[in-house]
Amino acid sequence: MSTQQASGAMPMKKSYRKFTWRNIKKDFRQNYMLTFMILPIVAFYIIFHYGPLYGLQIAFKDYRPSLGYWGSEWVGFKHFIDFFQSFYFVRLIRNTILISLYTLIFGFPAPIIFAILLNEIKVTGYKKIVQTLTYLPYFISTVVMCGMIRQFTRSDGVINDFIAMFGGQRVTMLQEPQYFRSIYVISGMWQQLGYNSIIYLAAISGIDQEMYEAATIDGAGRFQQAMSITIPSLAPTIIILFILRMGSLFSVGSDKIILLYNSSIYETSDVISTYVYRRGILDADYSFSSAVGLFNSIINFTLIMVTNKISSIVSETSLF
Amino acid sequence: MSAKAVKFNKGTKIKKSTGEIIFDIFNYTFLGIITLICLYPLLHVLFCSFSDPITLMKHSGIMFGPLLPATTMGYQLTFQNSNILIGYKNTIFYVVVGTVLNVFFTGIAGYVLSRKDYIWRNVIMAMITFTMFFGGGMIPTYLVVKNLGLYDSRWALIIPGLVTTYNMIICRTAMAGLPDGLIESAKLDGANDFTIFIKIAMPLTKATMAVLTLYYAVGHWNAWFNALIYLRSNDKWPLQMFLRQILIMNNMTEMTDANMQATGDADIVFMARELVQYAVIIVATAPILCVYPFIQKYFVKGVMIGSIKG
Repeated sequence: MSTQQASGAMPMKKSYRKFTWRNIKKDFRQNYMLTFMILPIVAFYIIFHYGPLYGLQIAFKDYRPSLGYWGSEWVGFKHFIDFFQSFYFVRLIRNTILISLYTLIFGFPAPIIFAILLNEIKVTGYKKIVQTLTYLPYFISTVVMCGMIRQFTRSDGVINDFIAMFGGQRVTMLQEPQYFRSIYVISGMWQQLGYNSIIYLAAISGIDQEMYEAATIDGAGRFQQAMSITIPSLAPTIIILFILRMGSLFSVGSDKIILLYNSSIYETSDVISTYVYRRGILDADYSFSSAVGLFNSIINFTLIMVTNKISSIVSETSLF
Repeated sequence: MSAKAVKFNKGTKIKKSTGEIIFDIFNYTFLGIITLICLYPLLHVLFCSFSDPITLMKHSGIMFGPLLPATTMGYQLTFQNSNILIGYKNTIFYVVVGTVLNVFFTGIAGYVLSRKDYIWRNVIMAMITFTMFFGGGMIPTYLVVKNLGLYDSRWALIIPGLVTTYNMIICRTAMAGLPDGLIESAKLDGANDFTIFIKIAMPLTKATMAVLTLYYAVGHWNAWFNALIYLRSNDKWPLQMFLRQILIMNNMTEMTDANMQATGDADIVFMARELVQYAVIIVATAPILCVYPFIQKYFVKGVMIGSIKG
């Protein structure tokens, strides 16, 4: 979008953008400083972003550090086939999708509802307190957050105190596979509810106040106003964020899970990224884990492309 | 009640219906509960950290204050633990040096790529944008860092994340908003692009720069995964890694001072471990929470900038 604006704003410089030797020389005379400035950044991207892309070839090789990228032997799709046939494949896909879906189903609507309810609060002081305190958990680091989860879910932790109060059995929740997804999703909601509502609150504050005034004069109550003004006005934001979210359906970060899981609950908690970490970093099985990572990247890339296409059709807003 | 309701509604002339009053009561209460749920876990940890360890072991359910007799034993042990201090020192290094380099290079990238007359702009932009959608992934990146000899070096936590593409785009959008005439007239006055960047572009986009600084600084403060995979020697570890040992791995040697264990009383060591875990959470979170009220508006601003990046 900004590219179009740029070329629109400076039509006289358009010819100069063609890559002829003369233009490049002319540009260098004028903008050599820009080139010097951007060089470290280009080098950074080549080394730390394109370097790994180049290194991805080891997914098709039997990489041995002593032989280097080129010296290692080609094995074609062996690692991919090994992965698809392994016992882990189905489990990893299932866990990744389920954790992602649950986060979406419970975590996505919550900030929207929260923002709409918060908008109905007319006492500014109260609203501010609610906002400040609900953004707060977002600033707690993942490690501390997971440390707290551990404390609270222990068999003598607060959550179990409540379960015991209502006559339930005490359990060490992080040792039981059936609790993991709930712990992951609920703690994620706790941490992000307030912060994720900011964007919706901003969208609500952008709604034309005259619409509400007109509705009030026409006799619409606040509930009706929320249903027929606030929610429809939020729809474009909701749709875009939803589509964006779908694009990352297959990427569940490893950070929080590595801190929370243990081998007794791999059944429900092991996802692709944590598996790549274990096989690649801990077992130093570089080729195989790169293959698993590449498989995941390809799915992510496809999802982003597809959702972007859908986005451009549905809302005429695409990301690129 | 109705008098109060009318007071809330000063601007409009219409009185609230009973349904609306009920909704208001529900809404205020509900959001109050949500707020308490967001706040309580932190309060719980805070209360526990000052509580008497023996009473704490027997206690169950929610707490409304530290269990008496209150003690600061947890904090004393935490501050006696040299690892916490090493971690703090390292984290400050990573936050300060890392963030300065991040913002500087992100700013440069944003400035150069916002210059409409630069012939390489679109080529470089395309090259950078592509990396947002497709990357080598964890293992090939790890191998690159290792092959460069950055393994077990402090720079492994700074250089591989030097510029974040998303932040660079935010910065570029802000700099593209500067009037072209400003830059051109500075050039006529003999300033080169680097001077213009430092003296004009950076100061005029300082709100965006503040947001970026905040993003990067909080990122460094919270980061631990790169330290886990790149740093072997724990004298370079950031605070979060020591926290991981204390809170997640339950590592005894990190938890209690050596002489504490030397007393040999298993119960005392166990109780001390409990208290230290709570105290450590507070010690590690307090700095962020102290500056939080002042930086909150920048985060809100950051969300807005990010959402309209175009």
